Amino acid sequence: MPDDVNLATYNADALTEDLSDAAPAASGTAPQAVPAEVPRVETQQDLSAEIKALGDAYARALKDGAPKETQPRLDFAPYRSSILRHPTKSLHHADPETIELHSPAFGHQDVHALESDLTIQHNGEPQGERIIVAGRVLDGDGRPVAGQLVEIWQANSSGRYIHKRDQHPAPLDPNFTGVGRCITGPDGSYRFTTIKPGAYPWKNHLNAWRPAHIHFSLFGTEFTQRIITQMYFPGDQLFPLDPIYQSIVDQDARDRLVATYDHDLTQPEWALGYNWDIVLTGSKRTWTENEALGAEGDDHE
Amino acid sequence: MTMSKLTATPGQTVGPFYGYALPYEKDRELLAPGSPGSIRLQGTVFDGAGHPIPDAILEIWQPDADGNIVRRTGSLVRDGYTFTGFGRSAVGNTGVYTFTTVNPGPTEPGAAAFISVAVFARGLMNRLFTRVYLPEDQEALAKDPLLSSLDPERRKTLIARRDADGGLTWDIRLQGDGETVFLDFEGTGTEGASQ
Repeated sequence: MPDDVNLATYNADALTEDLSDAAPAASGTAPQAVPAEVPRVETQQDLSAEIKALGDAYARALKDGAPKETQPRLDFAPYRSSILRHPTKSLHHADPETIELHSPAFGHQDVHALESDLTIQHNGEPQGERIIVAGRVLDGDGRPVAGQLVEIWQANSSGRYIHKRDQHPAPLDPNFTGVGRCITGPDGSYRFTTIKPGAYPWKNHLNAWRPAHIHFSLFGTEFTQRIITQMYFPGDQLFPLDPIYQSIVDQDARDRLVATYDHDLTQPEWALGYNWDIVLTGSKRTWTENEALGAEGDDHE
Repeated sequence: MTMSKLTATPGQTVGPFYGYALPYEKDRELLAPGSPGSIRLQGTVFDGAGHPIPDAILEIWQPDADGNIVRRTGSLVRDGYTFTGFGRSAVGNTGVYTFTTVNPGPTEPGAAAFISVAVFARGLMNRLFTRVYLPEDQEALAKDPLLSSLDPERRKTLIARRDADGGLTWDIRLQGDGETVFLDFEGTGTEGASQ
């Protein structure tokens, strides 16, 4: 898999750190050394106060009968990079048509079985705590999403991404790239073997840290079900501080991104197990019997 | 529409570091560039200040030139011959994405032909869906259910421009003047942009 990383593509992009325009570049400079004319560095307290105000307002709205929110707010100012990147007009309701009611087909031509093990992509063992992350992909009606593509990417055990623009001074691991893929089974199941990622510092504000997370990219049986999200680990102390996690203002909704430690998944003297099921939006299409049985999306050539 | 019984898992931003994970070889080449029938679909992704966004990634999903919805695997490992209908393009430094594809055919006689698009970016909390329509068939565009439900100004944001060389140009504006129309397929209002 690491040999397959397209370095031309990867090095051609201009990705920058999550960096608010207002925040100075982190360089190890102590805050007191910042010249006086530079705007005051935003602290975690500043951000936490903003997050709390938005959370309190949501709690009041709920009390007044507003519906529960189930998705992140596109407009969530504590994540500074979202300020100029969210639509200000309401999303326009549309009934999905034709192509949108189907999804690209992925199969074993696309993904090799070994791509689901992120610990065997190099000659040596990666550093860190080996884990198994497994679960099922379901649609909103509880039907398994069979034969579909799941892609993941993550930081290594010290919280460093292999991406060239990640300047976090934590070690890269020559035995860990942090990219995996799999095709879901007939029951919608997926399973990855990987290393528990470390927390990751970013520059949204001073002393900003992302809770440990794994990025997940999923396809359903309809393109309208496409989702990219992040899976978190239970009990992370950084949850209340993180503007990205808190952009989902509803606690029940936030909880849906947190995996469960599962001792039945844990393998003796080998790896700790985490279970995480993913629910896509409901199907809009009338299903054929074969599809309902999970035949769709499999290699059928 | 089926009544959902389970609540969907929330989305999260794609973040800044997808560049070593999501792109793949020939990801933006649904057809080999220069092959018969191939066209360029290209554009720039802009933020609310009118600046190009250098860290967005787009996906397209479309019928073939005859309007057939293709059910073929091989989007991730292209064999060079099979049209799968799916492509992915990260933007470059200047916010420009590029696909090589075919003009989609109408999926039903007389329907307006369009490509389905998903947009992801650092700073964008959840993916956005939209459509890009071919500009030619005015009659079909006029009676398209989505387009006819939009103000003329907003409607324009979903229709590509045909270039002299046969390519399509279509820009995406996440916010502000000429903000692209983004779609809510759920009709629940829970994915509203501004609260």
